[in-house]
Amino acid sequence: MVRAETRQTSPDDTGRDDASPDDARRCAWMAAAQAGDQAAYGALLRDCVPVIEKVARRQGVSADRIDDVVQETLLTVHRARQTYDPARSFTAWLAVLAERRAIDLMRKTGRHAVREVHAPLAYERHADESAAPRRSAYDAAATHRLSEAVADLPLRQREAVQQLVLQERSLTETAAATGRSKGSLKVNLHRALKSLRARLGPEG
Amino acid sequence: MIPPTAQAQSRHEGIILSLTADLKPVRRLPPPGWRALLWLALVATIAFTLAMVADRTAVVSRLTAAPDIWLSASGSALTMVLAAIAAFQLSLPDRSPLWALLPLPAALLWIGASGAGCLRTWLVPGTHAAVLDDTKDCLVFILALSVPLSALLLGMLRRGYTLRPGLTAAVAGFASAAAAATLLVLFHPYDASATDVVVHVVAVALVIVANRAYGGRLLQAANS
Repeated sequence: MVRAETRQTSPDDTGRDDASPDDARRCAWMAAAQAGDQAAYGALLRDCVPVIEKVARRQGVSADRIDDVVQETLLTVHRARQTYDPARSFTAWLAVLAERRAIDLMRKTGRHAVREVHAPLAYERHADESAAPRRSAYDAAATHRLSEAVADLPLRQREAVQQLVLQERSLTETAAATGRSKGSLKVNLHRALKSLRARLGPEG
Repeated sequence: MIPPTAQAQSRHEGIILSLTADLKPVRRLPPPGWRALLWLALVATIAFTLAMVADRTAVVSRLTAAPDIWLSASGSALTMVLAAIAAFQLSLPDRSPLWALLPLPAALLWIGASGAGCLRTWLVPGTHAAVLDDTKDCLVFILALSVPLSALLLGMLRRGYTLRPGLTAAVAGFASAAAAATLLVLFHPYDASATDVVVHVVAVALVIVANRAYGGRLLQAANS
């Protein structure tokens, strides 16, 4: 990841590049968005997508993770929008945010990759307990018990389980859809799983 | 055939629509220099209040009698100003992390002048040197005054969006500790001595470490 750090463009050379009409347009949109102009903001965010993708690719993010960087960066743009100074380049401001989010994501996936072991034979030989024939008879009953247990959870925990686990949505999407922070979603999911585990037991 | 960028944009349409719907007008942050000036003005107000209760004639006579105290106080005051500016610069995402180095030259002046003060204490016999008991008051003064100053500064920095919460909070701690050390001059009953300088360095280091740990977490939380 040191490589990614050293490749960062110098963030301070962000004097406005007046030669770029793209940047001038984005600056104007962002200034309007700061004043609450939703149409300008929507246009700006759509215009940001290819810029963020380019930055993510330059940082060496793998193709399947680029969308994650885009979403995280758009959220960051939203949260940091009061810090943008229209006298400076918007594209440079955006690039710094995208670079940081790309680096964060690569660090996170790098840590996961270190923990995972590539062992195809062991994987093939590992007994798949869920495939055991004796379990299939219980499946319907188990599913029923699970959905009952989920329905009994408090609202926020139920929401977290339904969105993140059952519908397999990402934290970012769920946060945007429910208006809860990612931290709160994680905490609620954790609590929900804990109480489900306690209720359904190791066999559940 | 849809161009690839149009495809990508439509993949993100959901989040773009929800962010657009969530858009509220924001007050643009004033330039970092102005925000630093506001904090410094609050520190100056505290200094003024403390000067009311301090023995002002003693302060003046101490400063005129020992020029290195004057120099070291200027060093700490300059450190406070530069560290505050650096912290507000770092609270903006598009500013270089190199801003953190801004207060270092002033810090060198501060430490250098204090060190020169110790030398004089050793060379001129009969100077009242601080013993550990006196210096404990110093330590408590710097730590106690740094807490509200740091809290104030971190509260102001929260309005920004720092990409380096730990570094920003550490620099904020440096500014607060330097401010506290500068205000200490009003009450310092003795000359700089070796123990005294060591205690100052320890106090400043403690404030920076505490700010980095707690303030860093606070600024990180403010971002989400």
